Amino acid sequence: MVQVLAVLLAIAYLIPVYMTVVTSLKAPGEINFMTAWELPSVPNWESYSIAFKQFAPHLKNSFILAIAATLISAAMGSLNGYVLCKYPIPGANIIMPLIVFGMFIPYQSILVPLFQFMQKTKLYGGLPGLILVHVVYGLPITTLLFRSFYEEIPDELLGAASIDGANFFGIFRYLIMPLSGPPFLVVCIWQFTQIWNEFLFAVTLARPDAQPITVALANLAGGQAVSWNLPMAGSILAALPTVLIYVLLGRYFVRGLLAGALKG
Amino acid sequence: MQSRRDQLVAAVIILPSIVLLGIFVYGFIAQTMRASMTDWGQEAAMSLTPEINHVGLTNYKELFSGFLNMRFRQDLTNMLFFTLLFVGLSLLVGLLLATLIDQLVWGETFFRTVFLYPMSLSLVVTGTIWRWMLQPRGGINVLPTLAGLPAGQFLWLSSRQQSLIFDWSHIFHYTCLAALIILALMAYGHWRRGEKRRLRTKLIICAVLVGIFASGALTRIRLLDFPEEHGFNKALWGVVIAAVWQMSGYTMALYLAGLRTIPDELREAARVDGASKFQIYRYVDLPLLKPITASAIVILGHIALKIFDLIFAMAGPDHYPTSVPAITMFLKTFRGNELAVGSAIGVILLILVSLLIIPYLVNSFRTGEQ
Amino acid sequence: MRTSRWIKLAAMCASIVLMFGAVASAAVRGRLEIFSWWAGDEGPALEALIDKYEKMYPGISVINSTVTGGSGVNAKAVLKTRMLGGDPPDTFQVHAGQELIGTWVVANRMEDLTWLYQQEGWNTAFPADLLNLLSTDKGIWSVPVNIHRSNVMYFIPANLAKWGVGVPNTWEEFLEIAPKLQAKGIVPLSVGENWTATHLWESVALAVLGPNKYEQLWNGRLSWKSPEAIKVWEMFGEILKYTNTDAPSLSWQQATDMVVKGQAAFNIMGDWASGYMTTTLKLKPGTGFGWAASPGTKGIFMMLSDSFGLPIGCANRENAIAWLKMLGSRDGQDTFNPLKGSISARTDSDLAKYDAYLQSAARDWRTNKIVGSLAHGVVANERFMNDFATVMDIFLASKNAQAAANAAQAVAIQAGVGK
Repeated sequence: MVQVLAVLLAIAYLIPVYMTVVTSLKAPGEINFMTAWELPSVPNWESYSIAFKQFAPHLKNSFILAIAATLISAAMGSLNGYVLCKYPIPGANIIMPLIVFGMFIPYQSILVPLFQFMQKTKLYGGLPGLILVHVVYGLPITTLLFRSFYEEIPDELLGAASIDGANFFGIFRYLIMPLSGPPFLVVCIWQFTQIWNEFLFAVTLARPDAQPITVALANLAGGQAVSWNLPMAGSILAALPTVLIYVLLGRYFVRGLLAGALKG
Repeated sequence: MQSRRDQLVAAVIILPSIVLLGIFVYGFIAQTMRASMTDWGQEAAMSLTPEINHVGLTNYKELFSGFLNMRFRQDLTNMLFFTLLFVGLSLLVGLLLATLIDQLVWGETFFRTVFLYPMSLSLVVTGTIWRWMLQPRGGINVLPTLAGLPAGQFLWLSSRQQSLIFDWSHIFHYTCLAALIILALMAYGHWRRGEKRRLRTKLIICAVLVGIFASGALTRIRLLDFPEEHGFNKALWGVVIAAVWQMSGYTMALYLAGLRTIPDELREAARVDGASKFQIYRYVDLPLLKPITASAIVILGHIALKIFDLIFAMAGPDHYPTSVPAITMFLKTFRGNELAVGSAIGVILLILVSLLIIPYLVNSFRTGEQ
Repeated sequence: MRTSRWIKLAAMCASIVLMFGAVASAAVRGRLEIFSWWAGDEGPALEALIDKYEKMYPGISVINSTVTGGSGVNAKAVLKTRMLGGDPPDTFQVHAGQELIGTWVVANRMEDLTWLYQQEGWNTAFPADLLNLLSTDKGIWSVPVNIHRSNVMYFIPANLAKWGVGVPNTWEEFLEIAPKLQAKGIVPLSVGENWTATHLWESVALAVLGPNKYEQLWNGRLSWKSPEAIKVWEMFGEILKYTNTDAPSLSWQQATDMVVKGQAAFNIMGDWASGYMTTTLKLKPGTGFGWAASPGTKGIFMMLSDSFGLPIGCANRENAIAWLKMLGSRDGQDTFNPLKGSISARTDSDLAKYDAYLQSAARDWRTNKIVGSLAHGVVANERFMNDFATVMDIFLASKNAQAAANAAQAVAIQAGVGK
């Protein structure tokens, strides 16, 4: 009974994938509302090559953006988490919620000053600027996650190390970092998917040559899309990296979700 | 223990992050608030040196009661209904999926992956795919024809039907009713936990509110001098379905983790006491999932209040029945050149999200210190 | 020793960031950045122009910045964030008329091109009606590259013959035919997403008001609350009864497809639909698909035009001027327009290069009364257009002509239309 129900629900959850793949493989002339569910008579791979050609520069942008911003924000978050967790900073009780609040704000409420600031600092339009923005707005969640992980490291261990003469960086390098592998992966997966999937900053802060993949997809789907095969092929290409990460590293992905929600 | 020098290093390490967040979060919010109280958006709004005058709260007043900002008020209504439906259904479906997976004999990893994968997609991707799925003359509407049944007729995203219609000029009246319901629920909670003093306060406030509500005094305060109807747009169902498809895996993962942390001894003890399987679920498992539900409501709720990309990709920015404040902010700012009004909408969104987030943050960091 | 690793790491991060910065800001000598929303079907026409430009000016590399999607809002978002930051592209696409003047000229962001018009002799090459739309009393502000017609009705002649209906000359005629078509299960008039409703509205308004009163609506001499203006909404409401219910989820192409597939009888769309049917659907103009002026607008050409201007303070001014010169030339226009499916804005274009539909449009362009489109930014500023979408929704939801008229009047006052 339970098994059957699970299978049925799984089919329901996979229906959109089926529709997307089927539609993306049809020739434009074959796409028809009434036969939307049928398999293509002959698979037409052309949509993928067209979509890929249009997407290639944007995919590159997305990779550079997501990887750089993920690594930088994770590195900063891990140092911040370490400091906030193990060093008595005056006012830390207030600092932490103030930092975390930054991850919940609707970006519409800072959008106009943000692009004015980017213009004034000449960071507007290119990838470096977008990376900066994603690093800054990624700091709350990375700091929070690392702080939660480091709380599990007993203070006695640190005390012992510092008696042995290790300084701030020594403890971080030889005690904290070796323990940070899994959390680092969790944070990176979380940040990578978030940044890869982001749309509002991408559409307002990037010049066309620096636009990431989500904007390219919105252009393809909402612009001059005549038939549905192209947007569907585009959706698959845009989704592939994060879905792959998720399927391969799903365990950590789930841990990231949980840490974000449960530890607050 | 920690040397002075190390403490200094620690402070220096964290300083850049604090400065950056100070500027990018609090500095920018302050600037947006200031801009929202100006008239930036007059004729030469796109000038390099626009003439900007301070106008106080005029923009806010216009948004809530100006004749031409009817769209914004329907946006707020849409956002409210979307948030309620999205959060409620995500919790329900997530709980169902988690319970189901918890009972599985085989294939747990597979099913978990299948239910969770939509989470990893961009909302733009989800929007594009579901836009195709919800085409009125195609997609899931023709699904029944595969089984020989008549095709569905529902206009998923384009319906203009409304239900639960209310008059915006009586908004205080309805707000009072909503407050009453929430307080009554809280009072019920106090009663069950036997917190007598709190129960008494709540009951007194409730009684006062009932009095005000019943007297109809609030219906006499009219926000608008004309009746204006808003309600639940049925076109929102399409957006809700896509959003629940995407996020129910998240609540599933949360609940599943919660179910796994319940010690077996607890269930075992209940079983010894003669509890049925359902009774164990109802009286042992569910109560222990409550804190998870609370976090999930906050996380999902703030996602729902901010929703933008999904609707933008699914129904387009100009589609009134599914519009929300975040989209109108984008249009006012970048198409209508009304930057001050756009900022005001941004601030209103921020306030709504804060109402949800700040109690949560205060609560979780307070318990964190204990 | 231990800290040095961290310094190294930090230096590495910094150098990565700097590297991206260097790549992004590396100034190539001789560039021209063109900002537009042309992609997809319209991309090849723009590319032909860019090719031509690069052949004429070897050594200048053209950056084709295209932003599409979101009904054109995305392009506006990018352009406006750039302009507000004082970082204009060298030249950008903008609808001729109030979309250009009401946003950019009043904000003092454009260079006056009167000298270029004089130098190139364009004051006589372009029709005077068009020059009026591009000008204020302080100057001429952009170079039109094409002309589209908004008030065109499309149909499939064979289908009409099969159903036994003719092409309606007035909306009254249409309302007589429509119930018969509906009885046969055919949608009399197909409509698509929100802006196509506004597009239909302007054709109805032109028919009900006539060209003179239509113009008075925009210069403030005719009130939106006047009986004639209310009549427009009433007629529009009658017509909407004969349109498809799933309109908001269709693109304009899908609305055109309904006519081609025989699901709908008529569609009112700008004449880019001719290009779509000719190029993408491979139909022959005249036999494969037919067209007529939208009901009640015979002899009137409701126009819209894409144009390019010269923003003050752009980085490559000389290159941009060379681009504008090429756009305005007879040769430039005749390169672009046959591919775009539009006609040359000049009155001396080489008609042999155009197909049957475009030749007929070009003849009308030279002889008809010319008025400007609302949906495509000619007659009203962006603030009005943005709020008019709300007015349209008030009407679509309530079907109340008086309410829509009141709202439109309020919007017109707030947006300063006809000031």
